[in-house]
Formats: sequence, C-alpha cells, structure tokens
Amino acid sequence: MTEQKRQQLLDELLEKQKQGQLKPADRFAIPCQAMPQQDAMERRNNVEEVTTGYSETQARLEAFRCLGCKTAPCVAGCPVRINIKDFITAIADGEFAKALGIIKENSLLPAVCGRVCPQEVQCQEKCTVGLKFKDVNKAVSIGRLERFVADWGAEQNEKDVPKIAAKTKMKVAIIGSGPGSIVAAADTARAGHDVTVFEAFHKPGGVMVYGIPEFRLPKKIVQKEIDVLEEMGVKIIRNFIVGRTRTIEQLMSEDGFDAVYIGVGAGLPSFMGIQGESLVGVYSANEYLTRANLMKAYKFGNGSDTPIIRAKKIAVVGGGNVAMDCARMALRLGAEKVYLLYRRTEKEMPARVEEVHHAKEEGVEFHTLQSPQKIIGDENSCVKAVECIKYQLGEPDESGRRRPVAIENSEFTIDLDAVIIAIGNGANPLIGQTTPNLKLNKWGNIIVDENCKTSIDGVWAGGDIVLGSATVILAMGQGRAAAVAINKYLSEKLSERSGDN
Amino acid sequence: MSHKIISREQLSENVFAIDVTAELIASAAKPGQFIILAINSEYSERIPLTIAGCDTEKGTIRLIWQRLGKTTAELADLKVGETIENIAGPLGKPTHLENFGLVVCVGGGIGNAPLLPIATALKKQGNKIISILGARNKELLILEKEFAAISDELIVTTDDGSYGRKALVTEPLKEICQRKQKPDKVFVIGPTIMMKFCCEVTRQFAVPTDVSLNTIMVDGTGMCGGCRVEIDGKPKFVCVDGPEFDGHKVNFDLMLKRLNAYKNNEQKALEQYKNHKCKIGLDKKKSPDSNGGEII
Repeated sequence: MTEQKRQQLLDELLEKQKQGQLKPADRFAIPCQAMPQQDAMERRNNVEEVTTGYSETQARLEAFRCLGCKTAPCVAGCPVRINIKDFITAIADGEFAKALGIIKENSLLPAVCGRVCPQEVQCQEKCTVGLKFKDVNKAVSIGRLERFVADWGAEQNEKDVPKIAAKTKMKVAIIGSGPGSIVAAADTARAGHDVTVFEAFHKPGGVMVYGIPEFRLPKKIVQKEIDVLEEMGVKIIRNFIVGRTRTIEQLMSEDGFDAVYIGVGAGLPSFMGIQGESLVGVYSANEYLTRANLMKAYKFGNGSDTPIIRAKKIAVVGGGNVAMDCARMALRLGAEKVYLLYRRTEKEMPARVEEVHHAKEEGVEFHTLQSPQKIIGDENSCVKAVECIKYQLGEPDESGRRRPVAIENSEFTIDLDAVIIAIGNGANPLIGQTTPNLKLNKWGNIIVDENCKTSIDGVWAGGDIVLGSATVILAMGQGRAAAVAINKYLSEKLSERSGDN
Repeated sequence: MSHKIISREQLSENVFAIDVTAELIASAAKPGQFIILAINSEYSERIPLTIAGCDTEKGTIRLIWQRLGKTTAELADLKVGETIENIAGPLGKPTHLENFGLVVCVGGGIGNAPLLPIATALKKQGNKIISILGARNKELLILEKEFAAISDELIVTTDDGSYGRKALVTEPLKEICQRKQKPDKVFVIGPTIMMKFCCEVTRQFAVPTDVSLNTIMVDGTGMCGGCRVEIDGKPKFVCVDGPEFDGHKVNFDLMLKRLNAYKNNEQKALEQYKNHKCKIGLDKKKSPDSNGGEII
C-alpha cells in the first residue's frame, strides 16, 4: 500500500466517522499496517535500528483498526495496565500528545517498551481483533503504536520532566540502573524523596545498554530516559558496586539512606558444563553482547579499544531473545555463517516470533533439535568445532514444554571459530554474599512479598534478581510496585518523626 | 566523578606507579582486591589492575602497571593532575589472612606490587615472612626496599644475574621448602608461567600455595564470565570467586591460552596508538614494548 493510498483510506474513514457511519466491519477491513524496516541484507551489515517506525498515516490507520471494546481486554494483558483503548483512540483522532500523556500515566519508558515488550503474549494476545481473525499477528499493533507515540514525543523535542512533590529529605538508594530501577527512582523522586542511583558499570541503563543491541533499541532512547531522571534531581553514581564499594548495611546505617531498592538484574551467566567451554572463542551471551554493545567492539581500532573475536563461522546456543540478539550481532560483526543451536523445536523457543523472523530474514541458520555436547579446540586452545547430538521431543516437563531427549549415536560435528552460550543467567552472588539477613531462594534470587519487600526492613527488590529471568516490562512493574510501597513506608516514617518532635 | 592523578613515578623502563583519588575505594579496599578502570567512557576498554596500596587519609589508591598494550601505554602517558574517568572497585574477595606461621611470599616482575599489601598484612598477623623477589634484570626489580622492611628474610633473584642471585624464583623457593622448618604457606603473584612453576615446586612438598590470577575481564562483577578459569576441573570466575585460588588446583595452561585471546588485536591497537602519538609529536622517546600479552 502506498502512502497516497493510505492517506485516501484514512480520509474515507475520517469522513465515515464524521457522518457517524463507521462500522466495525469498516475497521476489520483496514489492512494490518506492516512495520517499515531496513532491508534484511542491508541491515545485517550495519548496527542501525532494524525497524524504522510507522508514519503518521500508518499509525492512524492502525489505530482505526481498534474496536474500542467496552471491556478493553488488552489492558488486562498489560503488566502495568496502560489505558490502551484511550491512547489508541487519541492516535486515531490525531491527538498524539494526548496519547503520550495517557501512556505516561502508567509507563515511564514507552519508547523502550514499544520496542522490546513481547506484546504478542501480553496486550495483543487479548485483542478482540486478533481473536476475530484467529491470529494474534492480526491483532491491533499496540506495541508499534506505543513506539510511534513515544518517538513522536521525542521528535517534538520537549523534555517531559515529571512534577516533583515537596522535598521530604528522606533518602532512597536505588541499586542498578536498568528498567525496574529507572521506574523505582522516578516514582520515589516524584514523591519528593532524595534519590541516588548506584550503577556498577561506567554507563547507566543496565540491560538496555549492555545487553539489548543498538539495532533493536537505540542507545539514545535510553540516554534520554536517564537524562530525564537527572533533571528530576536523581543523582546517578557510576562505577559504584554495592556490596564492594559500600554494603547495603553501610548505606543505611552510615550514609543515611532510609530505603533501598535492589534492581541489580540476574547477571551471572550460565554455562552448559560441557567439555571445552573455557576454550578461546567461547563467550557467554553477556560477554559477547557487552563487548559489542556497551564497549562498542564493532568499532575496534576506529573509536573503541575493546576487541571481540571476528568469527567467520559461529554458533549460538539457545532459543531466547538474547540468543537472537547474539546471532544477529555476530552477522553484523562479519560472520559468514551463524548457526543457532536449540535443543527443542522453534515452537518451544522462548524468543519473540518477531525476533526469530528478523534473525531468519538476516540469514541466521536455525538448527533445532540439536545441541553441543563438546567443544573441540585446536593446538592453541581456540575453538575449532562443536560436537552436537540430536534430540527428539518427549513428554512435557514442569514448564509445559515438551522435554528434549537425546538420540543415541546421533553425534555429528560442525566446524566453527566461536561459540556463544546464551542459555540464561543465574543470580549474581555479590549482594547476597555481602548482605547478611537478606533471604534468598535456593537459586540465589531474593525472596520478596507481594509489595517487593525483602526480609530486611527498608529494603525492596525487583526485576531479574527476584524473578530469575523476566522482561523489561515486568521489571518496570516491580519497580513501580516497590516504589509505591517505599513511598508509603517513608511517609509513615516521616509522620512518626514529626510525631516524635 | 573522575579520578585525579596526584603523583606519578616511573619505576623502570616500562613500569609505572600512580596515586589516584578514589576515596571510597581507598576506605573499602583490603589486601588482595583489585579495581577496573576505563580511562575514557566513550572509547576505552576496561582493564583490571590490582590495588598496590591505599592512603585512607588522602583518599587515594596506588596502581602499579607494566606498559604492554594500548591502554597501559595510554595510562603511562597521563600526567599528574590529569584524570581517569572511571575506576570501579574494590573488586574480588580479599586475601584470607591468618597467622599461618612461616609464610613465603614470592613476587615476580610487577607482581611485587599487589604482593606488598598482602605481605604487610601477613606480617601484622604475626607471620614470619620470607620474601623472594624475582625480575628479569636489576632495572626491572621493584619495591625491594619496601619488602626488606617487612620481611624476616629477603631473597632477590634476576634472570641475568645483574643483581642478587642469578636464578629463577623457583630455585630459592625449592631450597626453602627443603629446609628443616618447612613453610606453612606460600603466596605467589607474578607472570602466570612463574606462578605455574612455583606451584609445581610447592606441590612436591605439599605446601599450601595461593596465587592471584589476573585474567581478561570486562565488568569485574560476575556478569560476563570472560575471566573464567578452571579450578579443579570446574569453571570459576576470577572476579567474584577469586582473584586468589589454591594454586595447586589451577589449570594454568588453559589460562595462558585464554590470556592470549586478543593478542593480535592488542598489537594492532598499540601500533595505532604509537603512530597517532608520533603524528601529534608526543612520542619523543620511542620505547620498545615487551612482547608478552599479559598484564599483571
């Protein structure tokens, strides 16, 4: 559909709406608006964003596909309960500023969530339009619309700094600066508290900066959110490792912090425990992505001092979004062959369908029902090949996914220069080891109640360090829940203090 | 918050020492711990360096390093008053200190730097200290005076015999292990190959030996796993499980290979840096760099 035809259709719809004749059938007849994107063969050679975003006409047409259901089932599918129906109506009306305002009531990071939320298993899964077509891919593209509005807002160049309540002089420490921490920091700062964010890396943003690649989430978007926090008066201390530079106990008893939110992420990469995993050329997904993203290794020798192995043939082990990110980054770093090795089938892959689709378009070769059981090195201990074994699917396991069962004597080898292990993360032990009385579960994740409060008074936690491995939006949801509880706790503390006086 | 260089010394042709402001790290650091620095937030790589000393009153830490690759060369070119944008730490587990009895501290090259605070702390714990310091030649020997002050016995060796005894550190180490009073504990910090051979000596005499490993790292907080080594056949992270390990359990051969993972890249970056410096006229005196890929 050309932009001209789209405009024509939009004009017709607006006219019908004016006449009061716009029927659900008209809405169903509007074609789903595809997301414009860079050509696959072109983009595999650059780190620019893959998808380029809706035009205004596209956004309004897509918004017109929304039926405006009274019950708005989509809202129930959103972890932070954005008022989806109303913001989409505002887009259809061309009132983009109003739409952005509605989203911001519930979500602080729409430009991020519009890009990386798995909408197909959240809001869009519940969408009546998708249900009518019996295809979740034909649901209203809520995520793309959210992104459209957020990007429109950014283009207007108006800094939207939230209002801050009267200063309370209560001090809040936020540990980590990923999505959950950003929300917790903003929400506690809005309540007038004196908020400090402690980040271990030299740049804030957490997984949005070191993990999710530029081509999926441009770093300037994250930087803008960090800028807003700083304009709200939130202090961001970089290179500060809570547990080592100062402990939580020191922050609370010596440095005067009244409340603490722990949002340090998972951050301890899992390996497979197979032979050859310490060979040169075997990376954890975290290391590969951190070198490539945060440290900009793709510019090595030309603006970055951090090297990365430029493998010609590389295998990525895993089936999640992180595995897709690694595989697609490997292409951009010059790999000729990228194999994705996964023990189950594509159906069981935890990655988003969109990411799988993009990876395939770019030329990542999917090898399902197989997994390495040994990495083979050359005389210099560099990766030379992997020995894989084939699998078949057995009975469902506790996660409901069918369990992969190795097929005997099905071993075969693939020649390679590098292997990336992207099979998830365990809990980082640093905070746990240095914070006595902080209750952890058997996997080392922090135990919290329904308000994200930990076993220590005045200390809350959320995101991957609690959930194991989750999404940006779930971390944000926990950051928000913890902030509500922290604000309540601090206001009670304040009134106790004024009572004492 | 950047970190200002308060004083700078050139200890030998390629070894430099600075005292740099890092108040929080200075007050938190314990012997055996390290930092990660990135000179510039936009282009620098992150490298780990062991803390060679702290001044809690001045709020400074002392870093000693050998000029090997681009980053260490760039660091060596910084002057008093200039700054390092990022220093994170203290990282790693502190040294386990106790009164072992007779302790031998073996330092090689710039390994003497991180060894000094450990030896000093061990002395304070009441241990009897025998220090063995090794260097390729007299020029490269560092911190001899400081070690002399805290050691009950000090042995210096050089590879070329230009100073002290002409030997590798393993020779006197073996002799000490053969003495009537066998050492109760040995600490070794130096080039990986030296630590490997020291451990082979002490293994024969069943003397418990700790080594401090300096691997390639990115974050230093357990997140990337790039620093993993094999200890007793199992992968361990130097940054959070170490940096000190039972030397008899370390797979040194694999570690040596992993240290060379980016050797070609390092060479390229260093050459680029030197060329760039020549062009802007900074590099008046050309300095031959060691060809090892390792930074201790």
